[in-house]
Amino acid sequence: MPGVHDRGGWPTDEMIDRSDHIWTDWEYKTHALVGALRFRELMNTDELRRGIEAIPSEDYEASSYYERWSRSLETILTEKGVLSTEEIDTKVKELEGRWESDS
Amino acid sequence: MSEDHGHDHAEIGPEDEHPGLQWDVSLSERAKRSLAMHELLIEKGVVTNEEVETASNNLRRRTPADGAKVVAKAWVDPEFKQRLLDDARAAVYELGYSLAHDAELSVVENTEDVHHVVVCTLCSCYPSSLLGPPPDWYKSFAYRQRTVIEPRSVMREFGLELSQDIQVRVVDSSADQRYLVLPERPAGTDGLTEEQLADLVTRDSMIGVTNPLSPEGAPIS
Repeated sequence: MPGVHDRGGWPTDEMIDRSDHIWTDWEYKTHALVGALRFRELMNTDELRRGIEAIPSEDYEASSYYERWSRSLETILTEKGVLSTEEIDTKVKELEGRWESDS
Repeated sequence: MSEDHGHDHAEIGPEDEHPGLQWDVSLSERAKRSLAMHELLIEKGVVTNEEVETASNNLRRRTPADGAKVVAKAWVDPEFKQRLLDDARAAVYELGYSLAHDAELSVVENTEDVHHVVVCTLCSCYPSSLLGPPPDWYKSFAYRQRTVIEPRSVMREFGLELSQDIQVRVVDSSADQRYLVLPERPAGTDGLTEEQLADLVTRDSMIGVTNPLSPEGAPIS
């Protein structure tokens, strides 16, 4: 059975939704971060792919495109010891606190 | 970081204008983790803010108008067209376009007998160095799943009804190999300049889900 990413030929009656969503800032940043890490030779396209393709099926299908990128980014960076999960958790709380006090 | 609130509208092109980038509401957990990684990586000096900004600008630098110039040039210059089909990287470089170093590009030519359509069943590989980022539908499950088994029905949804006499070739991209369709030059365009021809070349015609526009600006089916 093919992996969840390997979708060519899977039967579906779904029409193609041709509307484009407006990119949000975090999506630009996610894409740009991968670009900057590529420039620093800390991450390449194949690693990005591996991180995306390793996402469990249900999560893969429930995630948006850049949510998958983001998850892969975290996988690769934590694997390499560039960042730790705990550091990211802490930073998320810090950002939430900052947004809270600004709003 | 020069800003901690992300109101960096200045780096977003005019076509992306929209009221208020929402930061603190309706951000998914994943979005928050991306923003956290962004701030951490810059704080730690793993990447610089400038490098991220450069990458972000690069992402917006190319649009389908760039690919259209390449196609129009190929329509008016048979020698360029041959070079484009033989070695796309070198040919587009002549026009000032550099392809990402890790992905080869093949240009596939539509003729009166053969029509190509491009998909990436695995993800979203796309000739972004010439067209900019792919449209959402190119990355959708429906497009990735259906195009390789029912390309004519997919093209029909885009308004292109191909004669059964025309052979359809679906090309499936990968991270290492990307494709750009060289559409057939529309009839009745002999008197047009290269620039006017480029206006007929749509993004979708370079993916192959449609044909270019007619000189009257209508989609050719």
